[in-house]
Amino acid sequence: MTPVPAIRTIALRKVYPAPKLRRAAYSSAFPMPGGAALTGAMPGAGPNGDIVALEGLDLEIPAGEFFGLLGPNGAGKTTTISILTTRGELTSGQAVVAGADVVRESAAVRQRIGVVPQRPNPDRSLTARENLIFHAAYFGIPHAAAASRADSLLAAFGLADRGGAKVGELSGGQQQRLMIARALMHDPEVLFLDEPTVGLDPQTRLALWDVLRDLHARGHTIVLTTHYMEEADRLCERIAILDRGRLLALDTPAGLKARAPGGTLVEITLDADASAVTTAAAALPGVLKAEAQRALLRAYAERPGEVLAGLVRECERAGRAVLNIHLAPPSLETLFISLTGRSLD
Amino acid sequence: MTVLHLEPLERPARVSAALVFWALLRRDLRVARRELPAVLVRVALQPILFVTVFGALLPRMGFVQRSYGAALLPGILAISLAMSSIQSVALPMVADFGWTREIEDRLLAPVPISLVALEKVLFGVVQGTIAALFVLPIARLIMGPIAGLTIAHAGEVLTVTILGATSFSLLGLLIGTAISPQQIGLMFSVLIAPMIFFGCAYYPWKGLAVAPVLQYAVLVNPLVYVSEGMRGALTPALPHMGLPVVTFALAVICALCWYFGFRAFVRRAMS
Repeated sequence: MTPVPAIRTIALRKVYPAPKLRRAAYSSAFPMPGGAALTGAMPGAGPNGDIVALEGLDLEIPAGEFFGLLGPNGAGKTTTISILTTRGELTSGQAVVAGADVVRESAAVRQRIGVVPQRPNPDRSLTARENLIFHAAYFGIPHAAAASRADSLLAAFGLADRGGAKVGELSGGQQQRLMIARALMHDPEVLFLDEPTVGLDPQTRLALWDVLRDLHARGHTIVLTTHYMEEADRLCERIAILDRGRLLALDTPAGLKARAPGGTLVEITLDADASAVTTAAAALPGVLKAEAQRALLRAYAERPGEVLAGLVRECERAGRAVLNIHLAPPSLETLFISLTGRSLD
Repeated sequence: MTVLHLEPLERPARVSAALVFWALLRRDLRVARRELPAVLVRVALQPILFVTVFGALLPRMGFVQRSYGAALLPGILAISLAMSSIQSVALPMVADFGWTREIEDRLLAPVPISLVALEKVLFGVVQGTIAALFVLPIARLIMGPIAGLTIAHAGEVLTVTILGATSFSLLGLLIGTAISPQQIGLMFSVLIAPMIFFGCAYYPWKGLAVAPVLQYAVLVNPLVYVSEGMRGALTPALPHMGLPVVTFALAVICALCWYFGFRAFVRRAMS
């Protein structure tokens, strides 16, 4: 409805400098014009052995959207979140969150966002309820309003009887819920959650999903990072797939699934390098595409049952033993594998 | 978990930095109040043991002159103040930046990050001042009457106390951002112990004339100025540095630790 996006990044780039000793080995005393283009050719590592965590990320997330950042560890999800929440420095590019620039107007950004960290980091010297009330005080919210909101949030997150408990006495799941309650204390426009369901039991995870859907229905913009396909698929309106600091795909879950390579993925694990089999496998009738990654043979077929016997026969003929066979219908997972050559976990 | 029923919140359009600063300070005061007995033991136990042995027992045994108490008392106050200020800033910060990241909720407050550091420093000043004021009467009680002890210069005592506590809180900020949790033990043996022993706490600076190189080497030590300043204020009959010298030196130390400490804090706070 509003033309102003909740989040916009332009050519966002983040480079972690190499450790000083290693850097000393390269003595590039002067910044080179065009250096960015040079590093762009080698994602992951720049000159000097620097680590490129984000390589020119462009995102536009409209207000009110439930947005997912999906990718394996090291994809750049947490780096993206830390820059957008003003907690990480960017190397170049620009990011605007809730109408404020994350570098020049970082305090204004912080006022409008809520952040749920990857690992619960409550204030352990305080009780659960004090964690919420002090958090509100850090946002200038008067005590009376903070106290009543803290009680509603504690109740909503099943912590009503734990308000007086020291944080250390809460279970891991309770602490994670407290973190979400805390992030909501100052009624943020944009809520960031960095892998919020890692380590939660399935029941708590489903309950958390309900809470997030509810917040979304109230008009909050939500940015969620996850490496659970199902989570992104179920919750998010749009998903960005990141790998090695680059945006590989950005679409609705349905749109992404439609872009998954045709057919079911047949993954055959062999006892040795699978590249000896790829040509023969790709030539089999019914196989749309075949590729090898070390001991893993990946073939796509519309009707996997018809090609399975042929694939196994070709593997045996090449002198390989078949250790495992896995079938995956077209999904975000098969798309991810075809985009990155890696699985998510 | 049930479905949320939250009232829309009346958020202030612009958050007042002073209000947030006060909230940060209130948090630290709340925690300190809860841990008060432990804090007081930490602050007072070592000085009490020290004045008991060196200020009360040894003089009575005749190993140390009775007048030594007058030289010792200001130094003991200086040490209490220094340790309390450094520890109250540095120790939580080392833990926060090292592994707990508990400070993250405050770093997400809608104020400049340096305000969080400023609050920590102010809190260190408060703790250091309380420590000095708490130890003074206890030490006097244990040591008995001290020749030449006067509280006529209470203003000077307070000036030195606050300036000293500020210096050591800022030093704590620098240390807290510079060392990793594994190095805390090392900090005490490599940094704190030499600082105390060469801090002119147990002897006046003038006495170091017996070792001239040392006498000038110790001038980099902030504790020297606090000890000497306390001596000038509490037992002015003993040799001591003048208040202007003390004030100037501590101001320089404050400025240096301020500059490097705040830079280091902001750098450590950002990932």
